[in-house]
Amino acid sequence: MNITKDAESDNGTRKKGILKKIFLSHNIGDFIFERLTLLFAVLVFFLVILMSYEMYQGAKLSIDTFGWSFLSNSVWDPVREIFGALPIIYGTIVSSLLALLITVPLGLGVAIFLSELAPGWLEKPLSFLVELLAGIPSVVYGLWGIFVLVPWLRDYVQPFLSDKLGFLPFFQEGSSSGRGMLTAVLILCVMVLPIISSISRDILRSIPQNQREAAYALGATRWQAIKIVLSDARSGILGATMLGLGRAIGETMAVTMVIGNAAKISSSLFDPSYTMASVIANEFAEATGKLYQSSLIELALILFVITVIINSLARLLVWSTRRKLGVH
Amino acid sequence: MADNKFFYYKKKTINIIMISLSFGAALVAIIPLAFIFYYTISKGITYLNLSFFFEMPKPMGEDGGGMANAIMGTFYLVGIGGLIGVPVGIMAGTYLSEFGQNKFASMVRFMTDVLSGVPSIVVGVVAYTLVVLPMKHFSAYAGGIALAILMIPTITRTTEEMIKLVPHSIREAGLALGIPKWKTTVMIVLKTAWKGIATGILLGLSRVAGETAPLIFTALGNQFWSTDLGQPMASLSVYIYDYARSAYENVIQQAWTAALVLIILISILSLLFKIITRSKYKTKF
Repeated sequence: MNITKDAESDNGTRKKGILKKIFLSHNIGDFIFERLTLLFAVLVFFLVILMSYEMYQGAKLSIDTFGWSFLSNSVWDPVREIFGALPIIYGTIVSSLLALLITVPLGLGVAIFLSELAPGWLEKPLSFLVELLAGIPSVVYGLWGIFVLVPWLRDYVQPFLSDKLGFLPFFQEGSSSGRGMLTAVLILCVMVLPIISSISRDILRSIPQNQREAAYALGATRWQAIKIVLSDARSGILGATMLGLGRAIGETMAVTMVIGNAAKISSSLFDPSYTMASVIANEFAEATGKLYQSSLIELALILFVITVIINSLARLLVWSTRRKLGVH
Repeated sequence: MADNKFFYYKKKTINIIMISLSFGAALVAIIPLAFIFYYTISKGITYLNLSFFFEMPKPMGEDGGGMANAIMGTFYLVGIGGLIGVPVGIMAGTYLSEFGQNKFASMVRFMTDVLSGVPSIVVGVVAYTLVVLPMKHFSAYAGGIALAILMIPTITRTTEEMIKLVPHSIREAGLALGIPKWKTTVMIVLKTAWKGIATGILLGLSRVAGETAPLIFTALGNQFWSTDLGQPMASLSVYIYDYARSAYENVIQQAWTAALVLIILISILSLLFKIITRSKYKTKF
């Protein structure tokens, strides 16, 4: 033992020691297996970082050229190579917020019905149907939007609204194509509804039954008991809303197909608009110039950052509610 | 006294109104689903015949033809995605559940949650800069990689959840017999949880099968029969997107048929998913 130690350097012995340990303890399999799975976990971890890095590299040209004016400039002109994302960001925010404004009460109503009111025989198939909505591909929604929703809105809803409510700037007669903000908002509503209703339903269900019983014992009506349950679940419902917002902001195909694709800010909901996701979907494959492509990648980066922030907040809210309620 | 009665009726009325509103919301939620199914089936069924599955698309405007290349392309792209995404997801999920009691694992969990919320179009852009730019042309690989990235979070988290359901006593029984931990994990724990993991895989596959946004500038699309993974590849979803913008009536009809086939495909995947989960609850582990 002494002789070999003298013959080799300190470092070599230590290495040999580790190897010996691994071989002798018959745990070489464990050693390799743990590191192998760790490797894949690291891969998943670095995937997000790699994505941000790749997009930052791709967007660098545009960031250097336009700086912050990219966000405040309202001209999006690929021919003159001037790229300002303001109308696009405006379209993204307005379409998602309007969609949420309609969907949150609706989704909450569905969630209340499913978790508090529906009898067992109705609840299961109804939950299944609502979840089925989430499984339909975005492009099929878009197809339906183009050939069913757009003509219906163009021929019946828009003339009616501009006739009755035309004094409001939102319903002033704009484009008569039927493709525009309103159509996109309605499609988004249908697509975000399953997320909001299914997460809210799960959260309402996780509220302990004795909360309801206590309310009934005090003579509360069903609705009054539900109000108590809702106030217990409010941070979770906020989380569900934000997950819905994240989905609405990033929704691509259906919106691209019905929003009309024009980068301008207009008060009328009938006018065409644009969202970040739909600009990328619509123009990326044809973007020839380096600066053009870089600007589109910068849009993707902004979209990425926004959805990461929204989703992180939403997850934290849903997590903390579940933890508070003792459900994992 | 009259005051009390007023409040009694007020709360009764509000109760009835709110409950009907909630019922109405559930009803309204079902309407679009009914509409979408009605139109997809009634319009899609016209071209739903054998030639749709076995023939190539005709030039725009000509009648007939099918989408054999797109159906094959969808299977290829989802297949590439699965070949990359499934092993990564299962291994990462195994790490999270078996060795994941540390800070790094919580960070990985957080990252998978973040990843699952990233819009698919953003993943498409990343696949473009990562694969298409260095290769200098669109390819099925790029599309498959985009789909893989999209399914990794689903598979990772389901694998973790499903492995966690395996009781500790089973692991301890394995270890007590002197079986090394890795063998216990692979041969006993993963084997016990495989049904749950399979549902996670099916869920991931069915989610990406209908994706269009990450494919339009990665796999692009192809009018011809091509099994070359280094070249652009057609897919049902991209065909729907392209055909929906056409001016020809029969082309639009084919878009509806493609939509119907895509929905049937995804339904089969989720039906498998339902069957597997159902039998999982019957056989307790």
